Amino acid sequence: MLLTAAALAVLIALLPLGYLLIRVGEAGADRVAAELLTARVGELAARSLGLAAVVTAACTVLGVGTAFLVTRTDLPASRMFSVLAALPLAVPTYIAGFTWISTVDGFAGFWASALVLVLCCYPYMFLPVAATLHRADPAQEDVAQSLGHHPWRTFRSVTLPQLRPAVAGGALLVALYVLSDFGAVALLRTDTFTRAVFTALELGFDRTGALVLSTVLVALTTLLLAGESLTRRRSARYAPVGSGARRPPVRIGLGPWRWPVTLLLGSVSALALGVPALNLTRRLVAGVSRPGSLVEMAWAAGNSLTVSAAGAVLTMLLALPIGLLVARAPGPLAATVDRLGYLTHALPGVVIGLSLVFFGIHVVYPLYQTRWLLMLAYAALFLPLAVASVGAAAAQAPPVLDDVARSLGRSPLRAFTSVTAPLVAPGIAAGTALVFLTCMKELPATLLLRPTGMDTLATELWTHTTVAAYAAAAPYAALLVLLSAIPAWFLAARSGAIGGDR
Amino acid sequence: MRTWSARPALLTALCAVLLTGTAACGGEPASEPGDKTVVLYSGRNEALVKPLFEMFTKKTGIKIEARYGSTAQMAAQLAEEGEKSPAEAFLSQDAGGLGAVNKKGLLAAVPAELTAKVPATYRAKDGNWVGVTARSRVLVYNPTMAEKEELPPSVFDLTDPKWKGKVAIAPTNGSFQAFVTAVRVQHGEDKAKEFFTALKANDAQIRENNIAIVEEVEAGKVPVGLVNHYYLGEVAKERGTTPDKLNAKLHFFAAGDSGAMVNVSGIGVLRRSATDPDVRALLDYLLSTEAQTWFAQTTYEYPLVSGAPAPAYVPPLAELKVPDIDLNDLETLEASIALIKSAGLTP
Repeated sequence: MLLTAAALAVLIALLPLGYLLIRVGEAGADRVAAELLTARVGELAARSLGLAAVVTAACTVLGVGTAFLVTRTDLPASRMFSVLAALPLAVPTYIAGFTWISTVDGFAGFWASALVLVLCCYPYMFLPVAATLHRADPAQEDVAQSLGHHPWRTFRSVTLPQLRPAVAGGALLVALYVLSDFGAVALLRTDTFTRAVFTALELGFDRTGALVLSTVLVALTTLLLAGESLTRRRSARYAPVGSGARRPPVRIGLGPWRWPVTLLLGSVSALALGVPALNLTRRLVAGVSRPGSLVEMAWAAGNSLTVSAAGAVLTMLLALPIGLLVARAPGPLAATVDRLGYLTHALPGVVIGLSLVFFGIHVVYPLYQTRWLLMLAYAALFLPLAVASVGAAAAQAPPVLDDVARSLGRSPLRAFTSVTAPLVAPGIAAGTALVFLTCMKELPATLLLRPTGMDTLATELWTHTTVAAYAAAAPYAALLVLLSAIPAWFLAARSGAIGGDR
Repeated sequence: MRTWSARPALLTALCAVLLTGTAACGGEPASEPGDKTVVLYSGRNEALVKPLFEMFTKKTGIKIEARYGSTAQMAAQLAEEGEKSPAEAFLSQDAGGLGAVNKKGLLAAVPAELTAKVPATYRAKDGNWVGVTARSRVLVYNPTMAEKEELPPSVFDLTDPKWKGKVAIAPTNGSFQAFVTAVRVQHGEDKAKEFFTALKANDAQIRENNIAIVEEVEAGKVPVGLVNHYYLGEVAKERGTTPDKLNAKLHFFAAGDSGAMVNVSGIGVLRRSATDPDVRALLDYLLSTEAQTWFAQTTYEYPLVSGAPAPAYVPPLAELKVPDIDLNDLETLEASIALIKSAGLTP
């Protein structure tokens, strides 16, 4: 049953891939070869992978470092820093890129894109790592300490290995995000695969060329997934089995490093959040164009909130069986189902959009240009974000508890609702929040699939910036960031880094 | 392996969601002739044309259900939707977009008395689309970085070493692609290829769009750029001023030069709606003096119907010595794109 539900969910996520295959098949081998067997494709692939590698490495250092500092040291204002480290999730890369260009002269190219992407993506690493650090059983660390290990050595030999699954998962999300990003790389003029796909579409409406190029992205994703699977196999499960009496881990004193480190974290946040905030304010003050009436803004905000919330719920419904399957019935089958969901995650939104236009027109015409198709697109795009959250939470709820409940006479359903569900619930909430805020920022698929006449904050922002009406665009951008900041704040709180009991 | 047969709640919930979706959210009914709505796919920006649609609705009571995107995106969507498209009309930013959709056989003839209002240069040969406004290619320049006297009479002079690294272009934009086609049509493939390769070799500065070019020229970051004439107006409007008050100025290339080509924004009617009176009313309105005057005054574009005043700050359309290019040829886009790619102007 669980497997059937999981398979159904994966099928939906794989719709875009099916479309890709149909269209590429139609193009014929000659066309495919002509598009793919060029030096340019090699260059694009190298650049995309290079960017993904650089950004992922930097996000790992920054994300793990920040998570460690806020959960395990006597860093001042650590709660504030955890919220600040989650908030960049609320800033779409097209806003970040745009504000950086207008702040720094000549800001463009590979390293500029890398910087913006790192600043936007490191929460993908920070959140799971902070959560793991918060939940990890300090007993093992105590043992190491009692054996006379220096705190740093304990961190290296005991704590770090426990982080491996969280780091691998976070790295995968960051790398896939970089492969699929269009906003930052287009504005900062870095020619990656996704940009080439968009350009192929813009250039003479060349769908076939764009889709053939997209197959390379699928190949690159498969490569990344294989890499991540390798690290996963070597990792063990460290989650505490019993609830026991948990106490917070000992915080390491930073000593003379306390203030330099604080300053460093402060600067990162200033770059990630301050630059967009200041620039948007300046645009708002300088320009004379005005946004639509308050009613129009409220409508756009309402549409954004409702389609994103509905999209997040649908995504979570589809993710639940996969997440539970992965946690409860691990094995090659579960792993395959899980991995398949990732395949579309690195595809550009516009490809997902076109594929669902095709699906809507030819298969489910009554749904075409309704919110339902848009929600399906969000699910296809963001399923892995939800699966990862559910999977992590379910792994923390040992199946043995469920077995005990059943051996005591509970029906399987009651055992699930009374034992497993409450334990998995926080993961469900976190995953839903993450998908929700990612949907809020999504633009290309939304443009193609939204019902005619339905504006969202992201589409309004696009409308106004393309005619240089920045002052009119700024309030939509601000509203988008503010509304997304709420789930981002919730995620920071959930990670446990803000203190309190998770 | 354990059996998980007893997890029906999730699946039920899932199915419920999907099924209610199908049942409750059936597609919007296709627009009927004379139902007082027009479903319009617009490759023109909402911020630009929505006020005009509101004027139209006020006047006729016909509602415009507009779907906005870039011209390329809307054309791709129309191609994907084919006969099933809910669209009744396609408003495009350039002749190339209309040509591409027309080539798929999706457009119907525009009534002859309407096309007759627009000069033959600015409409489809087969009568399947009609121009609404005209836009001229220009060189935008910053007088402190490039003296007016130094500006070249021909766009071909921009490959001269003295312009090395000083010319901004936006090769992924429809307006640039149309310009490439113009060069090809006018001078042949070989000369076009030679020119664009030389432009790239002369370190042309590649930007994402025309607005970015005008802003950089205005800010003194780049001396000159190839854009359409009305972008200066858009930037001026955002700064609360008029184009003549900006640093950046417009330079029109010499008579007959490819750099002086004039493209159109235009409209085509989807076949199914060929006789829909609402669509006809929209076409009538777009080619009325009122709408044409509005375009000239609000978007700084050239009206195509006689009787509407020319936009301020630019020479009148009749004075532009446009090169001898048939806009119908702009649909031969594939060759232009191959050329843009081979010249190394795109990722």
